[in-house]
Amino acid sequence: MSSNTLDLDTLIRRDYAAGFVTDMDADTVPPGLSEDVIRLISAKKNEPQFLLEWRLKAYRHWLSMETPQWAQVHYPPIDYQAISYYSAPKRKGDGPSSLDEVDPKLIETYNKLGIPLQEQEMLAGVAVDAVFDSVSVATTFKDKLAKMGIIFCSFSEAVREHPDLVEQYLGSVVPPGDNFYAALNSAVFTDGSFVYIPRGVRCPMELSTYFRINASNTGQFERTLIIADEASHVSYLEGCTAPMRDENQLHAAVVELVALKDAQIKYSTVQNWYPGDEEGRGGIYNFVTKRGACRGDNAKISWTQVETGSAITWKYPSVLLEGDNSVGEFYSVALTNNRQQADTGTKMIHIGKNTSSTIISKGISAGRGQNAYRGLVKVLKGAENARNYTQCDSLLMGDRCGAHTFPYIEVRNRSAQVEHEATTSKIGDDQLFYCRQRGLSEEDAVSMIVNGFCKQVFNVLPMEFAVEAQKLLDISLEGAVG
Amino acid sequence: MSATEDFKSSSCRDYGQHEATLPGQQLAWIRSLRGDALEQFKTHGLPLGGDEAWKYTDLKALNRRTFEVASQAPAIEPQQARTQSLIEAPCARLVFVDGLFARALSSASLPVGVSVASLAETLQTDAAALEGRLGQQVEIAQPGFSALNTALMADGAYICVHRDTPVSEPIELLFLSSGSPDRAAHVRNLFVLESGASAVVVENHAALGDGAYFTDIVSEIFIDEHASLQHYKVQRDGVQAFHFAGTHIRQHRNGHYVAHTVDLGGRLVRNTVSASLAGEGAECTLNGLYVASGRQHVDHHTRIDHLVPHAISREQYKGVLDGRARGIFSGRVVVHPHAQQSDAQQAHDSLLLSDDAEADSRPQLEIYADDVKCSHGSTVGQLDDDALFYLRARGIGLEHGRELLVRAFAAGVVAQMQFEPLRARLDQLVGEKLAAANLSGTR
Repeated sequence: MSSNTLDLDTLIRRDYAAGFVTDMDADTVPPGLSEDVIRLISAKKNEPQFLLEWRLKAYRHWLSMETPQWAQVHYPPIDYQAISYYSAPKRKGDGPSSLDEVDPKLIETYNKLGIPLQEQEMLAGVAVDAVFDSVSVATTFKDKLAKMGIIFCSFSEAVREHPDLVEQYLGSVVPPGDNFYAALNSAVFTDGSFVYIPRGVRCPMELSTYFRINASNTGQFERTLIIADEASHVSYLEGCTAPMRDENQLHAAVVELVALKDAQIKYSTVQNWYPGDEEGRGGIYNFVTKRGACRGDNAKISWTQVETGSAITWKYPSVLLEGDNSVGEFYSVALTNNRQQADTGTKMIHIGKNTSSTIISKGISAGRGQNAYRGLVKVLKGAENARNYTQCDSLLMGDRCGAHTFPYIEVRNRSAQVEHEATTSKIGDDQLFYCRQRGLSEEDAVSMIVNGFCKQVFNVLPMEFAVEAQKLLDISLEGAVG
Repeated sequence: MSATEDFKSSSCRDYGQHEATLPGQQLAWIRSLRGDALEQFKTHGLPLGGDEAWKYTDLKALNRRTFEVASQAPAIEPQQARTQSLIEAPCARLVFVDGLFARALSSASLPVGVSVASLAETLQTDAAALEGRLGQQVEIAQPGFSALNTALMADGAYICVHRDTPVSEPIELLFLSSGSPDRAAHVRNLFVLESGASAVVVENHAALGDGAYFTDIVSEIFIDEHASLQHYKVQRDGVQAFHFAGTHIRQHRNGHYVAHTVDLGGRLVRNTVSASLAGEGAECTLNGLYVASGRQHVDHHTRIDHLVPHAISREQYKGVLDGRARGIFSGRVVVHPHAQQSDAQQAHDSLLLSDDAEADSRPQLEIYADDVKCSHGSTVGQLDDDALFYLRARGIGLEHGRELLVRAFAAGVVAQMQFEPLRARLDQLVGEKLAAANLSGTR
């Protein structure tokens, strides 16, 4: 085992490939948070009165809240007055009308990350709403989508162009006072993505956003709102990388999904933010509230996530199963290495009749990583014939990491069938031996076993992400045998 | 704090009144043990919200009540005690009424090498045997009843099985409650199994009346190398009773502990078990069955700490919930760093028989070592329609079929009890309780 540990040490000690800082002038508000800062953000973005009021209400509520302490993560207290709450790349002129006019440095940043916009536009047929720090700078394929009545734009644009939709749905799934970080986000969010799929429309392409945190000391507070009207269908991809930095950066996003009758939303995430160095310095604090509501009968919401980055991940994509026969799914791979900490899972709230939910969670811990699954399955009294199946598996690599499982099951209807299973193990010596006997190197064998361990989740990822996810996992864990 | 007296203030007043007469007060170490515990209780009090360990059990109703301890054990006819006993054969039996030792009702036909006595009496006669054990295994610096019990402990059983003594006859501890309303009993047990010793202890809680009384029990159990203990705890308190039990076990090398807990009575019941597996080869088995109906609330809260490599833990709890009953299971297994080759399995299954019953389950794993085998499973459901159909197709009536299935579900726990005479008796008690829960009226 000692030789394996040596391998582990050398192999998991890899540089963060996406770590670089783009030198750009940023239109940044001085650090600090007050009602004036919120008014300033709102004014800079020319927001209607209702949104300012909404922000201020959230802020006042936030002031009365305390930082949640229940998660299995440890970090020094965050000074919310030391964060700058608004940072927009300065533009030459009045803003780009096409990709050519986008700041070439920004394009360069994306190219380094291997996600060239043009290429994606041409080859992959993916429309990208790229968020660089807090303002959306480039949106592609908008015209094509617009013809079908699909709205896919930055949140600021949605506030300008479709204030009625925003007012109707904003905060309807994650209320402004929902939790500490959601309240903070509601008060200071600067931008994000907005999607509306009209009745009966099947979105012809996968919608995708790449988030990127850039300017130093800037917490990024995105707000994503996706509305799938009756009998519509959309698949949404979210992927993240961030440049290397020494100070911890806070990221408190809110994602709201609304699926009306017969609608389906599939939301996939590959999260690869800077996890900090081997000693746990730097890295992103990823405190995210994600929730979807199946508002109508037969609606379906599916979350898939591959979490390999961030110093701390605190994230519970949830589904409110309000409509009869609605379906919620959660597929997750979470990997913690070095001193990363993850406390992630889901909540499935069964409200309507004949609702069903599936939870598949795969946690991998290496180095000194701490990985916790925390989930809630709640069956309310009127939720006849609710079904839930939960499986949480943990894989440990090395004797200094931790894997934890904290499921909560609350059932108030006797017709419910709720099952939960969890296992924790390491890669079996016999499995490794078998592979090596057949000529596979130890690294390849581990990679194969880990990929097999995660297969249930990778299978439900969209094609583009499945490749990226496997690559990410391979790089992070080659040869990491405990 | 409001002007009216609540649970905490009345408990502290109790301490003030009885401080001088509590057993063991002539000893400095007991005085400081009680004094520290009282300070902890004053600091932490009851968990009245915001405490994750008490998320599903609301003590606000309890906190509004006040209770008083009995100054002496109420007189009970020997016949009344005999009918409540779970063991028919003559055996060593200690009887406590409202938490106080009733010598006249007890019998002590003891094998050689075993001490079985009242804790209060032992504190007078042989306190040295208790020092270094009493109060050592229980964590009092937290909200709840451990600190209260340590401050106010009045009596209980002290069992010491000496080195290399195997005791096959059971030792029964019968805790009877007179059922007087607002009566409090603070019971403290201490079981010591020295190296190579073994014993069977049957802890039997029963009531003679249905008042809203309060019992808190703390048991500290020390299992030394190669020792083993079978511990049965059967709780049939009154329908309005509050029952809080904390069992704290420390197991050394190859020490085995097997617990079977059966809860049939009580209005608000909480069983806390914490086991420290401190020696390699230690094995801990926790089995539990609860049948709750009406407005009963039964909460099981277990924690097993694998502190060293090569220890084994097994947990299996089953609950049957009818009426407006609520059943809660929280089980945490913690595998500490370097506790390699730990093997932990945990299962909790609950059966909901009515539309108003509720089951909450939190099976938790916290693992800091990589070479381990740990799993947990939890299910909540109702009776299997297919199984019921199968029985009906064979001419068994709906009610009878349902009863058969529920009894089969419950029998899974009872059947694992090694002590044969108790198994039959418990089968019967569980059957009676299920019949009383009126299975037929629930569909």
